[in-house]
Amino acid sequence: MTPDSLRAALRGVPDPGWLDAALRRVAADPATITAAFAAAGRRCGRGELADLPGWSADEAARALLLTALTADHAGYAEALYRHGDAAEKRAVLKALPLLPIGAAGVPLLHDALRTNDTRLVAAALGPYSRQLDPAAWRQAVLKCVFTGVPLAVVHDLDGRADAGLAAMLAGLAAEREAAGRAMPADALDLLDRLSARSGPISGGSGRPPSQEA
Amino acid sequence: MRIFDPHIHMTSRTTDDYERMAAAGVRAVVEPAFWLGQPRTSAASFTDYFDSLIGWEPFRAGQFGVRHHATVALNPKEANDPRCRPVLDLLPRYLDKDAVVAVGEIGYDSMTPEEDAAFAAQLSLAVAHDLPALVHTPHRDKARGVERSLAVVAESGIEPGRVVLDHLNEVTVKLVRDTGCWLGFSIYPDTKMSPPRMVELLRAYGTERMLVNSAADWGRSDPLLTRATGEAMLLAGFTDDDVDRVLWRNPVEFYGQSGRLDLADLDPAAGTFAGNSILRGGE
Repeated sequence: MTPDSLRAALRGVPDPGWLDAALRRVAADPATITAAFAAAGRRCGRGELADLPGWSADEAARALLLTALTADHAGYAEALYRHGDAAEKRAVLKALPLLPIGAAGVPLLHDALRTNDTRLVAAALGPYSRQLDPAAWRQAVLKCVFTGVPLAVVHDLDGRADAGLAAMLAGLAAEREAAGRAMPADALDLLDRLSARSGPISGGSGRPPSQEA
Repeated sequence: MRIFDPHIHMTSRTTDDYERMAAAGVRAVVEPAFWLGQPRTSAASFTDYFDSLIGWEPFRAGQFGVRHHATVALNPKEANDPRCRPVLDLLPRYLDKDAVVAVGEIGYDSMTPEEDAAFAAQLSLAVAHDLPALVHTPHRDKARGVERSLAVVAESGIEPGRVVLDHLNEVTVKLVRDTGCWLGFSIYPDTKMSPPRMVELLRAYGTERMLVNSAADWGRSDPLLTRATGEAMLLAGFTDDDVDRVLWRNPVEFYGQSGRLDLADLDPAAGTFAGNSILRGGE
């Protein structure tokens, strides 16, 4: 994902002139980003972008506004997140990997992962989640399983999944089995892949013998 | 029966209520910022409250298929507390948010000079942010409070059609009917209005600019009294279209003036109002 691909995908929004002008203003006067960020959904719409699966128009426009800043990306990202509604917060989280901020956005991921808003949890697990330490990342993946967020949203899931995550998933599977409750299919599939990689997982019984809907 | 509750404090309600409301036909709500029963001690406490109104609560409502919007303001009661006055400086930030469809609840509690100042300042904010205003009318000395509220509204320069005076009753309805302002009625189990009394007012004054809400909160109240009022209307001979006007199209028209109501994905028929797509928000 690059600013250019965001810009290209936003060509068809209802008011592209507004977005172009807002981007120029932000480059010249960074403080104008606050009002533009709040208005972006009303100006650019909130629908999924046909050319950019997984991104809505407001998210892409807001991410683009952040990339238009010439300095202090981390400071603005934090302020816009802290003062944002749920949609603005989500856009900041998705913009983080596009910004020259190193690990400065990690506290925002931690904040999002503490919430119970599944849209924020999902947005925190994009490419920027590589900045999370292993313990926080494993907790985040498990939280997805708990709250019904599809594991497909997790960036580099198989690359990062380790024995520690496998043990946690196996433990959850055992609890669910004991309670007679279903485990999400994508979590069981992941557990299978991890078991195939390293042999039976300790800490639980692995995939329960049968599942009911 | 599709229902838009234009005034309900869902933060004070449980998920059981959301379930029952959705089953009764409530598809959209507006939650005005108000007094929480326990006085707040700083502006920071309001920040958390407002953040919840535009963050967590809409998410919670969404779990039950209910679209949630908010109004934000410093309420009349706490306008008297000097510790809360800095809330006025926080408001512009929130009045730019997508989910904020009006300034409110503003107005009077005890009609003090402090309340005068906060009321006028917040009507100015409504004008500056191109938003409607939700005016709470006081429980005590209500008729005089309504008259004084109307005077402040007139002085502010806000267009009357962008203002609702809420918690009206048989006495105060007469004061507001011919002002061009909208009329809000809160249906309560004991106090305020009841469904049968509401039906009588709709008979006497018609359905134009009439808003019916449950104002359900942390006190004894019932989020299903909007539905009960719709049923009482039907029993009294009002048509389905009358009910739809009062319980859906009127609140959509009033809050639609914000340009920020977005009900399109609730159901296709709700996506347009009066044949246009103002609900998408032209801003």
